Amino acid sequence: MSKHLIELVNIRKSYDGEDALRNINLYIRDGEFLTLLGPSGCGKTTMLRIIAGFVMPTEGQVYMEEKDLVSIPPYKRRVNTVFQKYALFPHLNVFDNIAFGLKIQKLPKTEIETRVNEMLELVNLKGYGKRWIEQLSGGQQQRVAIARALVNRPQVLLLDEPLGALDLKLRKGMQLELKRMQQRLGITFIYVTHDQEEALTMSDTIVVMNEGVIQQIGTPTDIYNEPKNIFVAKFIGESNIVPGEMLEDYKVRFYGNVYECVDKGFPKNQPVDVVVRPEDIDIVAPEAAKLTGVVRSVLFMGVHYEFRVECADFTWTVHSTDYVPVGQNVGLIILPDAIHIMNKSVTPDAMELSVEDEDIDPEEETEPEEEI
Amino acid sequence: MKRSVFSYPYIVWMVIFILSPMLLIVYYAFSSGGALTFANIRDALSSETYMPVLLRSVIVALEATAICIALGYPIAYLLSKMKKSTASLVSVLFIVPMWMNFLLRTYAWQVILDSSGILNSWLKAFGLEPLHLLYTEGAVMLGTVYNFLPFMILPIYTVLIKLDKSHIEAAQDLGANGATTFFKVVLPLSMPGVISGITMVFIPAITTFAISRLLGGGKYMLYGDLIENQFITLGVNGWNAGSALSFILLVLVVISMVIMRRAEREAGEEGSKLW
Repeated sequence: MSKHLIELVNIRKSYDGEDALRNINLYIRDGEFLTLLGPSGCGKTTMLRIIAGFVMPTEGQVYMEEKDLVSIPPYKRRVNTVFQKYALFPHLNVFDNIAFGLKIQKLPKTEIETRVNEMLELVNLKGYGKRWIEQLSGGQQQRVAIARALVNRPQVLLLDEPLGALDLKLRKGMQLELKRMQQRLGITFIYVTHDQEEALTMSDTIVVMNEGVIQQIGTPTDIYNEPKNIFVAKFIGESNIVPGEMLEDYKVRFYGNVYECVDKGFPKNQPVDVVVRPEDIDIVAPEAAKLTGVVRSVLFMGVHYEFRVECADFTWTVHSTDYVPVGQNVGLIILPDAIHIMNKSVTPDAMELSVEDEDIDPEEETEPEEEI
Repeated sequence: MKRSVFSYPYIVWMVIFILSPMLLIVYYAFSSGGALTFANIRDALSSETYMPVLLRSVIVALEATAICIALGYPIAYLLSKMKKSTASLVSVLFIVPMWMNFLLRTYAWQVILDSSGILNSWLKAFGLEPLHLLYTEGAVMLGTVYNFLPFMILPIYTVLIKLDKSHIEAAQDLGANGATTFFKVVLPLSMPGVISGITMVFIPAITTFAISRLLGGGKYMLYGDLIENQFITLGVNGWNAGSALSFILLVLVVISMVIMRRAEREAGEEGSKLW
């Protein structure tokens, strides 16, 4: 399980002198579901296309099972892609679309038939072989695209925002189905998305990217609970991020109050960023808390309410299932394990500068232990 | 005011310049001295002078179309691979001659191919034997292909540049090398362009006249020349026979259009929304 199937070493890719990717070091283990997550333009698709072979890196190496991949053309790589807009062949029916790769391998007819039918069954499209692509719905086309890639039994399946064009309900269903398929087939999935929820639901490992640089590599829980910097904290879920100082191990001060926390190892009085997730804050009576404020707005979100609570120095976002009316004075309780401490970023909006400033230590990013 | 009002001028135009000439042709084809008759058509179809010419016209048109595909597809393919700016420059080179009158272009070939023409004077300059080029079957074919080649290149080129690159990537991703990708994906997806190119070359080629007269010297008469002859040399006496010949050609063109349409629809179904 811990074998490195693919390694990206010091990858840089520039277009017309502008870096689209920089300092990319990544190990992908055999059989894992790895997600490249980031806003559009962060370089995640470029990274996928480098692995597929459609893009040559400007610098750096790509290894698959310790063999250099860079000089190998896409059609010789044991990698298959599910394209963003599916790229199904309109001149072929469903069966022939799926059989495309097998026919190129010149497999015997009977084997092609068995394998294609197996795939049709796997993606719940039994009996659809004779249909034309344009007669299928978006969700069905999606499944054909997956079947067409998987039928070749690739070592790695690359998926480029495959669910982007589907409606919410279908997307949720497909997320589960993809995860189920991946577990059943044991194939390594590299999945590109900008949808953090999708990434959290499906992945074994998430690689958060921004502006061509890897921001953090970790399990979904790591990424959510221990964001490494403001960008990750803001991109994954909602969060309150406030400036503070580490007074000593397990003690942090922000906005005049001292809180207990679970973080240690910072120098004394070190300025830090404090991240508190909205659902980790409890609303209590004002007398019961050292942090007090006034409810300024309430939004009903379905499962919970979202409150904006204005305190002396900062307006906190709080999620709670209990209703509190606007204008009410409340107290906010933040428990030690709700507090996550990050190294202070150089500027408040550090992410815009992160590429130039290197405030993300590349050493840390390259550590293979990171994602093992 | 109804929007359809704006189409009235076109309808008037079409009635005067398209429908009435057609009706006149049909009238003359099926009449003789004012009396309705099938004699003109029967004569034309049973004539031992006319039918070989019709056959030759069909063969010349088919050959010209085949040569246009063989030349036009690779040219269109190369054009589609070029940078946009280069491609538009090169395609202008194909289009500019079409701004000139078709007779002028054909006369130009006469000047080039003549035994004392440009080509032969170059050959002489290199000390080579002059060639007999003008007034041969080859010259007629050359003129036909030259005149209609752009009509093959442009529709194919249009389809090729609109081809979704992701289909090509998908083919490579699934293990297809360059040649396989071309034959299994690019070529089938560009068939609608080829079919519309065939329509645009075959139909004018089968009805063409003047090319064979100017470059074939009258030795390789085509059906179009035959029709022209009926009207010009025979004057009013030839109107009935000429109209009958035109009518036969018209039927032939309609039949080939129907066949093309069907092929286009099939390719269109396969090629999906390329159009």
